[in-house]
Amino acid sequence: MHYVFEPGFFASGPVHVALAVGTVIAITSAVVGVFTVIRGQSFAGHSLADIATTGGSGAFLIGVNQFWGYLAFGAGAAAFMEMIGIQRRRGRDVATGVVLGAALGLAALFLYLGTQYSSTTGASFSILFGSIFVLTPSTVPALIVSALLALATVVALARVLLLTSLSPDIAAARGVPVRAVGAAYLMALAVSVALSAVIIGAVLSTALLIGPAATALRLAKSPLKAMITAAGLGVVAIWLGIVLAYDSFYWPPAGRGWPVSFFVVTLIVGGYLITYLRRDPRRAGPEQAGPEQSIDAERACSPV
Amino acid sequence: MFTGVMANTWLAATAVAVIAGVVGFFAVLRGSTFAAHAIPNGAFAGAAGASLLGLNPFAGLAAFSVAGALGIAGLSRRSRPDVATALTFVMMLGIGALFVSWSTEYAQEAYSLLFGEVFGVSASEVLPILGLGAVSIVVIAVMFRPLMLSSALPEVAAARGLNTRRMELAFLLVMALATSMTVPVVGALLMFSLMIGPAAAARSLTARPVLAMTLSVVIALVTVWIGIAASYQSNWPLGFFVGVIGAAVFLAGRAYAAARRRLPVSEPSPPRVA
Amino acid sequence: MTSDDLLRLQNVSVRLGGRDILKDVSFGIRPGQFTGLIGPNGAGKTTLLKVILGLQPVTSGAVLLDGEPRPARDASIGYVPQKLGLEPDVPLRVRDVVSLGLDGHKFGIRLPSRARRELVSDMLTAVGAQRYADARVGELSGGEQQRVMIAHALISRPRLLLLDEPLANLDISSEQGIVSVLARLARAEQVAVLLSAHDMNPLMPVMDRIVYVAAGRVAVGDTDDVVQPEVLSRLYGQHVDVIRVHGRILVVAAPEGVDEDHAVAEDAGVMR
Repeated sequence: MHYVFEPGFFASGPVHVALAVGTVIAITSAVVGVFTVIRGQSFAGHSLADIATTGGSGAFLIGVNQFWGYLAFGAGAAAFMEMIGIQRRRGRDVATGVVLGAALGLAALFLYLGTQYSSTTGASFSILFGSIFVLTPSTVPALIVSALLALATVVALARVLLLTSLSPDIAAARGVPVRAVGAAYLMALAVSVALSAVIIGAVLSTALLIGPAATALRLAKSPLKAMITAAGLGVVAIWLGIVLAYDSFYWPPAGRGWPVSFFVVTLIVGGYLITYLRRDPRRAGPEQAGPEQSIDAERACSPV
Repeated sequence: MFTGVMANTWLAATAVAVIAGVVGFFAVLRGSTFAAHAIPNGAFAGAAGASLLGLNPFAGLAAFSVAGALGIAGLSRRSRPDVATALTFVMMLGIGALFVSWSTEYAQEAYSLLFGEVFGVSASEVLPILGLGAVSIVVIAVMFRPLMLSSALPEVAAARGLNTRRMELAFLLVMALATSMTVPVVGALLMFSLMIGPAAAARSLTARPVLAMTLSVVIALVTVWIGIAASYQSNWPLGFFVGVIGAAVFLAGRAYAAARRRLPVSEPSPPRVA
Repeated sequence: MTSDDLLRLQNVSVRLGGRDILKDVSFGIRPGQFTGLIGPNGAGKTTLLKVILGLQPVTSGAVLLDGEPRPARDASIGYVPQKLGLEPDVPLRVRDVVSLGLDGHKFGIRLPSRARRELVSDMLTAVGAQRYADARVGELSGGEQQRVMIAHALISRPRLLLLDEPLANLDISSEQGIVSVLARLARAEQVAVLLSAHDMNPLMPVMDRIVYVAAGRVAVGDTDDVVQPEVLSRLYGQHVDVIRVHGRILVVAAPEGVDEDHAVAEDAGVMR
């Protein structure tokens, strides 16, 4: 008979580190993610994770700590995207996609060159999916500091970001440097995403960025409540995910354990879908489910 | 470089480029760039699962790419499209992570499904790709006008009685179909590059819809041909060349469009009168 | 309302999200009639247009086309939306958009034909858009796009043309241009027009009758009969004055609530 918290869970060193770092990452991602969803930049958020991962393989290739590779590529890509600077969402998505395509091409090259010089057959898996249980304690302080910096930037910009997302014209009229604010936000996003990607992989990075935020925005009406709710959801997802992953060591197939990423993603997506079970009490009449509705929602929420 | 096994490679890559050019034209028009990335990548997770169960990876690819299309279209009913795409995507990859962790020797195959193994394509694999390419093209051709209308002028299309929801699903399914056959050849990550870069460049070059789609195919073909030649010579992965060339043509297209706007125009430009 | 109405709304009510957007709306449109759908913002004009287009289900009442309930797919009603929201680099020329008006909703492969090209050219000339026929639609100004969308809608010879606030974002000379093009073409093609606006004045020269919408209810008839203080006061549910000045009509709410005042006066064209 096994318990929810398997013996040794709380004593395990790697688990402590995983929980601590995971919590910081979850909170940062969730708060940054609220603005990402509001601004309709989910694709950019995901792309930056993949691009940062490319930086990781590049750094690995030249023998530098992968962490710096992730950060450098993430920040560089954000700067480049900002320079291409397309304002309308669709054009921006295409530009993002092209940058992503180039970065993925580079990743292919780095991985190939890597196999030429050493045997790294497991590299693609861990690069995509990360491994929270294999953190080295020495990088932890740097990670936490960077995460807090990104978080602080977004929180400081919060009001201005909301105004800009509501109407860039009003913001500009009030003297807000709209372009600079967008660039600062994108940089914070890149840092936050690079950090989460290096620890938990690109997949989980995107999940923690978008999922809790999207769920919170469905539940809470004020931005502050949304940020707090999202952070809470993210932390719950990662804690529960870590617990289950640890427990799954005892589940079939024996002795390997299921990946943390699977549990966390399932919890996040499941949480999001559950919010749809609740019937919106304001809807008395026939549901206006038409193409025009999605157009209006898109337009209303992402003028930038 | 053009004989024997390589002949299959050229054939397969040509078919893939044509499919990518056609599907990508509409992906860019509809703003489905994220879906164009999510569906091939998510499909890769399905291939992992299939090979785990001892099934043909193609079946897993097809199943997951279709599931991805259904997931994105389904969630888009009530959520913003980019959130719907992101969540569907991570769910598929999460499941993929599970499958890959259960299988002990999948890493190498994972690499090839992600980055492509066009140099190992056999004759028996080329045929389905050609067939599928033909099917996708026919479907797009038949849907061309309603797809243009609902992509560019959704309100008017709805007023005309077109079900834009169903068109979105149909388009995503075509993308899923195209993906499931082309991913084993050029890889998930590169199918995406081939769909986006050439199409984005093409629409900067011309305003005529059919011409833009044709150019999209032509640019994709040139991209992949140059890529194969370079990859053959240098042994570097095809995906690298496709990604970089894709970005280059995109930037070239934008430069052209910017120049055209600044110089005295050869195309008639609207005089500023209502 | 007579039996030879092209379109008839009978006791149409629409309730959405707990609010009554439209309450018991009834009116008819005869073939070839130019009708202004006038009213302040939020009165229900867009919802009314969507009901007629079949895009908004009604809570009660009926929409009849030629006396029969409106079928799901109907080619005899054309539609010009308020804004296109197109990217400037979308690969569609003006003539492509107008050509889509002919058969954009049909599946199947179609080869280019001279007859179609000429039809599109004629239509473009008729709306005065021939000059920019090969320009990208997304790069045009608001007024130019309106003309293109009118051509798009008219080329398939609808019997009824709906326009959602076509004049809302135009300057005065563009307004006049659109109104005169519309009126001329409608008369020539025998097309009934239902055009929504919050300012009735630009339409006065061409409007046959008016459907005045306020607070979800309508008053229908000739402009002189409908735009009267008693009628509009009953509609708005509060005291309303009608001022006629230099051939223009201003609808002004009495100085009770400042907000309504301002909104109505603004919509009626006092504040520009």
